[in-house]
Amino acid sequence: MRHIISLLLENESGALSRVAGLFSARGYNIESLTVAATEDPTLSRMTLVTRGSDEIIEQITKQLNKLLDVVKLVDLTEGAHIEREMLLIKVEATDGAREEVKRLSDIFRGRIIDVTDRAYTIELTGTGDKLDAFLQTLGKAGIIEVVRSGPSAIARGDKGLHL
Amino acid sequence: MELTGAEIFVRCLRDEGVEYVFGYPGGASLHIYDALYKQDEVKHVLVRHEQGAAHAADGYARSSGKPGVVLVTSGPGVTNTVTGIATAYMDSIPIVVFSGQVATSLIGNDAFQEVDAVGITRPCVKHNFLVKDVKNLAETIKKAFYIATTGRPGPVVVDIPKDVTAHKTEYHYPKSVSLRSYSPVTKGHSGQIRKAVDLIMQAKRPMIYTGGGVILGESSKQLTEFVRLLGYPCTNTLMGLGAFPATDPLFVGMLGMHGTYEANMAMHECDVLVAIGARFDDRVTGELSKFCPHARIVHVDIDPSSISKNVPVEIPIVGSVDNVLRDMIKLVKESKQRPDKAALQAWWKQINEWRSLECLKYEHSDKVIKPQAVLEKLYELTRGDAFVTSDVGQHQMWAAQFYKFDKPRRWINSGGLGTMGFGLPAAIGAQFAHPGETVVCVTGEASIQMCIQELSTCKQYSLPIKIVNLNNRYMGMVRQWQEFFYDRRYSHSYMDALPDFIKLAESYGHVGMQIDKPSDVEGALKEAFKLKDRLVFMDFITDQTENVYPMIAAGKGQHEMQLSPCRRDTSAERELA
Repeated sequence: MRHIISLLLENESGALSRVAGLFSARGYNIESLTVAATEDPTLSRMTLVTRGSDEIIEQITKQLNKLLDVVKLVDLTEGAHIEREMLLIKVEATDGAREEVKRLSDIFRGRIIDVTDRAYTIELTGTGDKLDAFLQTLGKAGIIEVVRSGPSAIARGDKGLHL
Repeated sequence: MELTGAEIFVRCLRDEGVEYVFGYPGGASLHIYDALYKQDEVKHVLVRHEQGAAHAADGYARSSGKPGVVLVTSGPGVTNTVTGIATAYMDSIPIVVFSGQVATSLIGNDAFQEVDAVGITRPCVKHNFLVKDVKNLAETIKKAFYIATTGRPGPVVVDIPKDVTAHKTEYHYPKSVSLRSYSPVTKGHSGQIRKAVDLIMQAKRPMIYTGGGVILGESSKQLTEFVRLLGYPCTNTLMGLGAFPATDPLFVGMLGMHGTYEANMAMHECDVLVAIGARFDDRVTGELSKFCPHARIVHVDIDPSSISKNVPVEIPIVGSVDNVLRDMIKLVKESKQRPDKAALQAWWKQINEWRSLECLKYEHSDKVIKPQAVLEKLYELTRGDAFVTSDVGQHQMWAAQFYKFDKPRRWINSGGLGTMGFGLPAAIGAQFAHPGETVVCVTGEASIQMCIQELSTCKQYSLPIKIVNLNNRYMGMVRQWQEFFYDRRYSHSYMDALPDFIKLAESYGHVGMQIDKPSDVEGALKEAFKLKDRLVFMDFITDQTENVYPMIAAGKGQHEMQLSPCRRDTSAERELA
């Protein structure tokens, strides 16, 4: 099953490689991983998407908790949560396609954030499924470049992951 | 007053109570070595290869319970310690390795003797640090010792760039440190402990299986009390030998691949298994699908990730073995329930039947030295009271089977990583920790050559280690597997072109002996132990084709042990078949 594991990490060099190294050393897979500093500059927040049986996920969380750089950890998929991913995409926009791409982008509530006479750059956020659907709709033909952030996620409700 | 980083380093060790540092100098650690030279509180032991330093610190730690300390230079200095660090990591041994590093301004430039020490050691340390500012040095060192010695112990590496050892700052060694992301559990969950004791008291065929955690947690006294209170059978893993007295009738021997028949059969047949400070290693469980089919399992461990890793557990208890055992003893004493006497009697009757097979018996010989006979004699002559280090292979298994350890920290071997070359440097560490005691290194002619250079260290520090070399001219365990599973194709397992070990020992300034007659074994050992202030290298020319029995082959369960040919025609095995 797919799990989203959220971590508060010490914002120190090497912390990321400890996490990544753990996954490669023990043969766990990482589907995606995003990380950035939080409002507390000594902490980073990491969102890690992985797949595995219950036993493997249990080991993953235990092993992650063992790392000294991991301050807190929660498996968001255990409760209600919201996940969002951002897509930046550069698409050919010439002649008839120019209007069509704009229309599709509007339907998906994308925003055109850069324009040239040959291309649009579109920003789109949503769940991974939504981004997949948008890419599928556009088709391969006109795509110049795709950048996906990987999901970030947060639990629903008023409780938060903090110290 | 401001001190240099190098001076601070030495002060930190002093204030941490470090007695010995095992090391080897080099460019990046020169400032530190200069600071060591100017004092005499922290003693430095010069090894001949950095691997030896790591193993020596490890042997020091295993035999004393205090953290071992290593000091090496950058680049090859630290890469040479990696095997030793991994060895300590697999067996959860507290060592702190300090490595010199090129100056901070050079890091990342492929400078001379530069290596990413933190990166290279990351997968085999509990934690590691690169100190970039002298202001953080003392605190980092305190953290390193704290992390290495608390919770599930393990090696910690501290990489110190050369300029940091030259920069100056005020010295202050913190009394304690706390890390927000690290707070090892100590007390076990009282509800879980209650549940566990309830189950334990109901057992009809109980088994207590304990590992290295009991020794690391200094809990053999509690374990012994707990087992004797219940009258249940107890087995130890290879790492756990000595935690429960081997001469106690409740002890059924080591379990696992080369454990005793009775221990493994009792594991297979038990209805309640109490695992304490053990991690269900593959060499213990055999084929997992056949492991303890009837047992409800209680597992006590300080490391949550050890629990239900290989074997699902019904009652997990996370906590220090020491505390949990105390709590369990208390509950057992308070409990109105008593162990089921009739069931226990029947269980012991069964176990004693398995025992009567005498699975460790071997064919004696008056023509060729049987390795087992050497170990039996060694046990007898040292009255089971020596610190015994070993390398890896057949000799290691025989030592584990035939030397009966009644006390913890006497049996020092590389169980997890299985590092050949460990024995001699580990003996150095053990001898430093216990200067007046008998330290024996049981080894083989293949293993001993992997760190043979440390004979020179032994000479320099006059260490009277006794080396028992079981020389069968083979990598015995490799040969045994080739005999069993590769149709006797002995691919590259023969040790040819061996040195003359007598001359070798003598050239290092030690005493060398060669023993090739069974009748000379006892005399040679006695003579060696009489030489109280000399290292004696005893080269026993042993039976070339002796195998370690009994054995659980790959894919087999604990109840499917292969017995020694000389034990196979007994009734117990017929019944088994």
